[in-house]
Amino acid sequence: MNVSTLLVTLVALALFSYVFGKQRALSIAKHNRRRLHSIPSYYGYMTALWCGLPALLLLFLWLCFETVVIEQLLIASLPSDIQSLSSGQLSLVLNDLKLLATQDLMDSHTEPMKREAVQYLLSMQATSHSLRTILVLVLAFAGAAWGLSRVIGKTPARIWVEKVVLFFLILSSTVAILTTIGIILSLLFESHRFFGEIPPQDFLFGTKWSPQTALRSDQVGSSGSFGAIPLFLGTLLISSIAMLVAVPIGLMSAIYLSEYASPVFRSIAKPVLEILAGVPTVVYGFFAALTVAPFIRHWGETIGLDVASESALATGLVMGIMIIPFISSLSDDVISVVPQALRDGSYSLGVTQSETIRLVVIPAALPGIIGGILLAFSRAIGETMIVVMAAGLSANLTINPLETVTTVTVQIVTLLTGDQEFDSAKTLAAFALAIMLFISTLILNIIALYIVRQYREEYE
Amino acid sequence: MNNTEKIKKSLNKRYRKEKRFRLLSLLAVLTGFACLFILLVDMIIKALPAFIQTEVKLDIHFDQEKLELAAHFEPEELQNANFRGLIKQSLQQRFPTVRKRSDKRALMRLISVDAEYQLRDKLQAEPQLLGETVPIWLLVDDDVDTYLKSDKQFGRVSQKQIAWITELEQQERFQKRFNYWFFQTGDSREPELAGILGAVMGSFYTLLVTLLLSFPIGVMAAVYLEEFAPRNRWIDLIEVNINNLAAVPSIVFGLLGLAVFINFFGVPRSAPLVGGMVLALMTLPTIIIASRSAIKAVSPSMREAALGLGASKVQVAFHHVVPLAMPGILTGTIIGLAQALGETAPLLMIGMVAFIVDIPQGVTDAATVLPVQIYLWADSPERAFVAKTAAAILVLLLFLVAMNGLAVWLRKKFERMF
Repeated sequence: MNVSTLLVTLVALALFSYVFGKQRALSIAKHNRRRLHSIPSYYGYMTALWCGLPALLLLFLWLCFETVVIEQLLIASLPSDIQSLSSGQLSLVLNDLKLLATQDLMDSHTEPMKREAVQYLLSMQATSHSLRTILVLVLAFAGAAWGLSRVIGKTPARIWVEKVVLFFLILSSTVAILTTIGIILSLLFESHRFFGEIPPQDFLFGTKWSPQTALRSDQVGSSGSFGAIPLFLGTLLISSIAMLVAVPIGLMSAIYLSEYASPVFRSIAKPVLEILAGVPTVVYGFFAALTVAPFIRHWGETIGLDVASESALATGLVMGIMIIPFISSLSDDVISVVPQALRDGSYSLGVTQSETIRLVVIPAALPGIIGGILLAFSRAIGETMIVVMAAGLSANLTINPLETVTTVTVQIVTLLTGDQEFDSAKTLAAFALAIMLFISTLILNIIALYIVRQYREEYE
Repeated sequence: MNNTEKIKKSLNKRYRKEKRFRLLSLLAVLTGFACLFILLVDMIIKALPAFIQTEVKLDIHFDQEKLELAAHFEPEELQNANFRGLIKQSLQQRFPTVRKRSDKRALMRLISVDAEYQLRDKLQAEPQLLGETVPIWLLVDDDVDTYLKSDKQFGRVSQKQIAWITELEQQERFQKRFNYWFFQTGDSREPELAGILGAVMGSFYTLLVTLLLSFPIGVMAAVYLEEFAPRNRWIDLIEVNINNLAAVPSIVFGLLGLAVFINFFGVPRSAPLVGGMVLALMTLPTIIIASRSAIKAVSPSMREAALGLGASKVQVAFHHVVPLAMPGILTGTIIGLAQALGETAPLLMIGMVAFIVDIPQGVTDAATVLPVQIYLWADSPERAFVAKTAAAILVLLLFLVAMNGLAVWLRKKFERMF
């Protein structure tokens, strides 16, 4: 049985157990309701959980460790000269064998050693599959039987079931923490390997980025240099252009919507602006690469400027458009928290509305606005698709917005989408870049959230 | 001049300033609108050509000899018959003056490489056509298609080809029809054959996995945090974590998927399964935050009434609070899924960028998704792929509008005041 049939069978068995458990409880309760601790359906749930949970757990563990165990057994069966190969070559041999096994590619030319190994692999896989089915089903039946035997009046079925439910609730709430731990551990582990090959100071302060490592040691001029300064500078340049576009437009929109607009206009304009945030970034990337960049290039030529076809300006402009709604809705939120009494006090002194906004409302809301801008900035740094599609690959150390620059996220994507073995410095560099990205956005977010929270507490 | 006069004099200036400021802020809102408008109009204009496909009418003689078939042949032999030869023959009859080898090849390039399979399917469906001569509409090559659509301003067709195209045009042998093909096929290297069905199905399976994982986990986490969790530092840590995860760059989730799911647990690459798992982790914060606020909005009197009638805390949560909060939870889930549908960067990291022609049949088949398909087509050099990309973008936006519309409708319909 394959996994999905097995799962369906398990669900069916659990349903049957529910019915049986409930029936049994009902038959106990027929003569005297007080003989049962819980409502009959809880006995059904209990039986179903006993039937399904242990079996599911076994299946899950089996699926996690099946491939590893079979691989180890296969290696142990291979001749000793193959076993003594380096881990990279060994994994090549294993992949070869697996391919032969899955695609049925063996013919008379296959070496007898390989033929034997493939036969062994196939037989182990078959054994594993049938053993898995049998054990899981046996466990399901045994669980159901045990559960049924526990359907007696004294068993506190409801309390037991609720404990299991609570356990799952707690488990779900820890997924967020597990994810964070997973991110940190995987990034740390891989970048540790990277920094084993490249010294951290070369990575952090080097000014030359060309991640080409030599395929053979005797190749010339391809030693690879991993100085990340051009990437950091490029990221900062593009994000700054984006903020220059987004902050004035977003802030002014928020002011208009919260201070001037009629309720009807506001109720239409706010969702329309938020559509800009809902457009997938790959769409902005396409827009930047095919519409805005050629337009800016053409415009630059007419006034005699030399604009690169993948200029930082075009990328930053489009990224700015994407960020407008973040700034406007975050600023809108904090501006509306400013107490009306401050405005009324200002008006009563004969101050006009725009002067009130500039001299009273904005200064009062400033911490919140700055928090919002920081959040938007961290969003700009981590943005990937726009820069992958519209910014260049060449790591120029420049702050001229008309030239091509590259960013941290672009390099992560290019380093990991090519065909590369997983233990070269080139691939591992992506993880080192990602950890820089993760740390900087994390710090920005924590500062921003802290500022916004402090600000809210001040007025609420 | 006393103070009153001074103030009166300055008033005009201040009112002008007021008007300017107001106009400026209105202008900012309108700039936002304009950006959205330009973006949408640009996509629609770019996409229009992709919905129309040019066909050419050729008189095809189903010649048994030319097909390299014996007098009595098995139906399977049709698969390998020389249908390309039929097209060659027909084109040569139409343009008898073409003699040079390179010219003949250029002539053949007017027709799509798929035309021979069109002929094969036609003959398999109607075997009585063998030996007959019939006019048949065949797909043209994407270069010819682009040339005809772009008001003949396209450089990839040669002068000779232009002459032939003009001649065919004068004989009214071209027709434009709706490109239903685009919605029925998977990816292809040939723009005229490429469709989005494969990507749509890939997106469907990926979102299915995302939904099945993130919805139960998200709702259970929200129920625990709102209804059961004690106020202590561990719970604070979980809350800070959820808020931070919502702001982690999406590409980092892709790296997590690559390092943990693929390299550590050995989940197959490029499959909707691993894509859905990564997107589920990204969607979780959205679902948890939305579910929590929906659960918070359920009036405490509901809980107290149920507790007063002897319900246990778990019964209160699952019999009363969650059903009442369900519209809000579903709205949050749909919005989270809509975000996941538009997400590209993490999927690039886990190998969903492969070129895949087949339409995926399950969650473990290699697949690509709509936004990644857009990225791949945007990278393709052929001009005809620009229109395809824009058309795929329109399809993606349509799905997003539908999902968000559903979320708004749910909220409106089930909105309840406590």
